Amino acid sequence: MTPTPILQMKDVHVRFPINPDWLGRPRQHVHALNGISIDVARGDILGIVGESGCGKSTLAQILVGLLKPTSGSLQLAKQDAATRSGMQIVFQDPQSSLNPKLPVWKIITEPVYALGDRPSQQAMMDLAKSLAIQVGIRPEYIYRFPHEFSGGQRQRIAIARALSTNPEIILLDEPTSALDISVQAQILNLLQELQRSRNMTFILISHNVSVIRHMCNRTAVMYLGQIVEVGATLDVLENPRHPYTQLLMESVPKLSDAGFSSDPAEKTELPSNIKLPAGCFFKDRCARATSGCQTPQALVTGEPRQTGHQVRCHLAYA
Amino acid sequence: MNVSTEHPIASIEEVKSQRSKRIGYFFYRVRKSPLTLLGASIILFMLCVMLFAPWLATHDPNAIDLMKRLQPPSAAHWFGTDEVGRDIYSRVVFGSQQSISVGFFVVGVAGVVGTLVGCFSGSVGGRIDGLIMRLTDTILSVPSLVLTMALAAALGASLFNAMLAITLVRIPYYVRLARGQALGIREMGYVKAARTFGASRWHIVRWHIVRNALPPVVVQATLDIGGTILVAAALGFIGLGAQQPTAEWGTMVATGRNYILDHWWYSLFPGLAILITSTSFNLFGDGIRDILDPKQRGK
Repeated sequence: MTPTPILQMKDVHVRFPINPDWLGRPRQHVHALNGISIDVARGDILGIVGESGCGKSTLAQILVGLLKPTSGSLQLAKQDAATRSGMQIVFQDPQSSLNPKLPVWKIITEPVYALGDRPSQQAMMDLAKSLAIQVGIRPEYIYRFPHEFSGGQRQRIAIARALSTNPEIILLDEPTSALDISVQAQILNLLQELQRSRNMTFILISHNVSVIRHMCNRTAVMYLGQIVEVGATLDVLENPRHPYTQLLMESVPKLSDAGFSSDPAEKTELPSNIKLPAGCFFKDRCARATSGCQTPQALVTGEPRQTGHQVRCHLAYA
Repeated sequence: MNVSTEHPIASIEEVKSQRSKRIGYFFYRVRKSPLTLLGASIILFMLCVMLFAPWLATHDPNAIDLMKRLQPPSAAHWFGTDEVGRDIYSRVVFGSQQSISVGFFVVGVAGVVGTLVGCFSGSVGGRIDGLIMRLTDTILSVPSLVLTMALAAALGASLFNAMLAITLVRIPYYVRLARGQALGIREMGYVKAARTFGASRWHIVRWHIVRNALPPVVVQATLDIGGTILVAAALGFIGLGAQQPTAEWGTMVATGRNYILDHWWYSLFPGLAILITSTSFNLFGDGIRDILDPKQRGK
């Protein structure tokens, strides 16, 4: 039995007008998201992978409310449209996501303050201290300013800020890609610990497959604004069904190759998202493309149904 | 996860001690730069002169003594006397009240209004931003001194109207400066983060945009005080600022011009006061810029 989802996206499309004519009417559109449907259950850590330009960041902005979907719907179980306190985000770059002019305790408690209830300064400092302890920042450091911290510490501060409103879901937008390797592991472990102790739900956006493998129980692979494969992380990453996922997994560097492997895939580019390809979006890059690929592909549910593995390819289970 | 209670509870005092540490560092930097220190000392001196004018003056600045017209500097009249026998030293001392308060008033009002409007304009964008920018363009397209003169003349010759005119003409400079800063700041991660919390526009402007846009505005404001004193004196000189018999440096230089060939002291001392005051504000402003905005150094 699947638990009721706390986040549901139904057929979300986003397109941006570009290239306006002299009356300001757009002549073309960039199609950033082309029908994203996904459910997230409580306690899930959902990984989202995909190459640059596939719409990961647009998806993140939709989720936290920075953008509105052009069509489709997004539903949070704890629906609080005015404040969206049900979802918080941790950004990729801790340099720019913390205001350099504010002391850390103000940064951490800013979401609480901005939501409108104004606790006393003392209460905010106490909250900041308890959150700082939870993310491994010494509580006497909360009067310092962001420039006095290292990159890893700043990302901890950003995580503390995301925790301050006690959200249901935290969206992690490439939380480790701006950090040193040694610090990346610490941040990931901190996130896992928080997830276990608070039974939180994470959505982790990354292009680093090993981070996804380490963290997530479910994984969705995005390609050109669509989810092409979704399922349990081990299924998706170890036994990829979609040709794109297979290509993605082959392009992950492996120690055994020693850097001299024959290129597994042609160096091909992501097709234009202004003029979307007809039929399967991946057919021009696909080694297995056949006549059936001329029609748009739907997500097909795989054989052991309870795993929820879905692939957007008619050849996946052929 | 347990919240540890062994750590001392945060207190306002700790925050204050952090703040005083930062202010202490600021003064340390000021002390390190001799020119900034010189500017700051002269400004401090001028402020004292302004506050203690009634005690520092040796005569009533408006007392007319026709028997002692246009006397050269002497022990009785340190800077000499003017064409109706008023003591020039006392008039220069009292004149500081006019000039320096004009400087602070204009920069204060123009700086605050301009910064708020500019930050708002830059963070909102769109049509409102376009409208405000075209408005500032219009004002900036007219030479500022000419516009100030025209406004001051239209409002009527008085020191207050001169102040008003200078303020109105200065505001667009601050709007432009603050807007330019806001445009960059609003793309920063922390502004995006604040928008995801559901923070109001006012919260974002106040917490993020104004705080980060402030350093260049403060620098500009400090440099502007000197310039404003000059403009106020210039308006007084052409008769659009303070009116006789008010002791004001610009007006005094203007009257002294009629006697400049035979009675050099009349224009010299108020002129020196203008020079020294506006120079000291410029020195101090340069120093502040170096401290607050190290990237701008040497420009």
